[in-house]
Amino acid sequence: MTTLLLIEQVLNGLQAGIMLFLMAAGLTLIFGVMGLINLAHGSLYMIGAFAAAAVAAATGSFLLALFASLVAAAAAGVVIELAVIRRLYDRDHLDQVLATFALILILSEGTRWLFGSFPLYLDVPTILSGPVILPGGIAYPAYRLVIILVGLAVAAGLFLLIGRTRIGIQIRAGEADREMIAALGVNISALYTMVFALGAALAGLAGALVGAIQSVQVGMGEPVLILAFVVIVIGGIGSIKGALVGALLVGLTDTLGGVLLPLALGGLMDASSATSIGSAVASMLIYVLMAVVLIFRPTGLYGTA
Amino acid sequence: MMLPERTLNIILFLALPLVAVIALALDEPFIITLATRAAILALAAVGLNLALGLGGLVSLGHAVFFGLGGYAMGILASHAQSFTPLDLGLFTLDGTKSMPIIWLVAVTVSAFAALLIGLLALRTAGVYFIMITLAFGQMFYYFTISWPAYGGEDGLSIYVRNSFPGLNTLDPIQFFALVFGVLAAVLWLMGRIERSSFGLALGSARQNAVRVETVGLSPFRLRLVAFVISGAVTGLAGALFADLNRFVSPTMFSWQMSGEFIVFIVLGGIGRLYGPVVGACLFVLLEHMLSGVSDFWLIYLGAVLLLVVLFARGGVIGALANGRGVHD
Repeated sequence: MTTLLLIEQVLNGLQAGIMLFLMAAGLTLIFGVMGLINLAHGSLYMIGAFAAAAVAAATGSFLLALFASLVAAAAAGVVIELAVIRRLYDRDHLDQVLATFALILILSEGTRWLFGSFPLYLDVPTILSGPVILPGGIAYPAYRLVIILVGLAVAAGLFLLIGRTRIGIQIRAGEADREMIAALGVNISALYTMVFALGAALAGLAGALVGAIQSVQVGMGEPVLILAFVVIVIGGIGSIKGALVGALLVGLTDTLGGVLLPLALGGLMDASSATSIGSAVASMLIYVLMAVVLIFRPTGLYGTA
Repeated sequence: MMLPERTLNIILFLALPLVAVIALALDEPFIITLATRAAILALAAVGLNLALGLGGLVSLGHAVFFGLGGYAMGILASHAQSFTPLDLGLFTLDGTKSMPIIWLVAVTVSAFAALLIGLLALRTAGVYFIMITLAFGQMFYYFTISWPAYGGEDGLSIYVRNSFPGLNTLDPIQFFALVFGVLAAVLWLMGRIERSSFGLALGSARQNAVRVETVGLSPFRLRLVAFVISGAVTGLAGALFADLNRFVSPTMFSWQMSGEFIVFIVLGGIGRLYGPVVGACLFVLLEHMLSGVSDFWLIYLGAVLLLVVLFARGGVIGALANGRGVHD
């Protein structure tokens, strides 16, 4: 195994982690502020990807496609929040799980009805389709590098929004004591709708960005949703910082485990069983990571009890 | 018309064998198979209901036990089918086609898995518990997909249904009777558990864990025991489900499966002994009818579910029976 390959895998892990962060940040914000567990967050990711693929096919512009993913997912978020989610805030978690599970069924099948069962493809813009040469002579796909940077920029923007703006103050105050900020004259239901739309837009953006690497299809959201759950359990529910750290940990563990574990086992057994056992165990690694974190910190790395 | 819940339960419970007998008279084996499927799914949800309805543990990972039961059947039967012993490192085990042995293995394996998962997951509560059980489900799902020995992603076919002493399990009505007998026995057992001192303590731990602790009981241990029994019952259902289809695949571990078990419980009425039975029958009925109407029947199912959650919290039994449910 060469160092170059290792660095390339680290970058891949970083890219996966950053995209997971975009999903997990919305989930953790929605849980932190509204106390809502939203299984339908993966559907918003899917909506973003489909909107981007449809707009890219119609206009040929990748930037317009990204913009469409943000708008479509945020709009879907607003509609869902007003129609369903807002009735769930003072319900128990079981009702939230069920209602959002029902939303997944409706949104997934609705998308299948609109677009069909075949995957759509979203092409990487030609300017970014080649590799770039990084210092040290590593050739790495330009598009992946760009989405790492875009993700980091969005993360920075999110930290600024939460930490430095008036809206951010209201969001943090909403996490701490919702009755009090309502009493202070903040329109709490508008704030909730906005937070939900923000989370939805982040998920939609992630869906569009990842959609250009993988295919765009119904059901693409749920595996990512579950990984994002693992991320926020590791990071601590409600903590954006925890979501970032958790996302990078999960992205790197998942990517590097799949490459390194079969190689490590290769020293102990013959190549074919090392590959099959290695990849089987690697698929479980992030859950093992989660279990280990929970044994030592039941509320996650940055969670408060 | 409002009936006492007990009378309603008996009527609803007898509807299933009635359907099967009518289907037998009309020579409609497919309907018998549907009734068998409903009974097996009901059994899985009855298992979950102990943890979820009585214990208040929202497990979104019960497909783990369902899948383990399924694979216990699949692995044992495939070794019997190919006449190769199962090599467990320290000792080897012959495969078997005998249902009682398969059931015992399925129950043991899933109870053991429930113990390990419970020990870890029950350290947390609320949303963490939901997400952790979900994550454990995915862990098994991806493991079976990437583990090539027993079919991997493609699953594993068993050519002939396993045998039960004294019955011809290939005959749909006899297999239905067997499954229904198991369901009835488990329901009786669950009724006993609910009324036992353990069941009462478990229900109290759901309502007020601090009080349970002050009288010297450990909510953690109560919940762990409930989770293990619950997992074992769902595992048994998994073995039966695999036998019904003569096929096991990683989809048995999928999180949609776990979600559906919760849906059965809530459709029927949460915290009610017969709730999951009614919910599972209703689900199979809806699936059968709606999938004939539209390819996108899951949209309608989603809409029904959403309406039940938002507006009809007692489920079907809650709407039909008078008196208050356990959960109120």
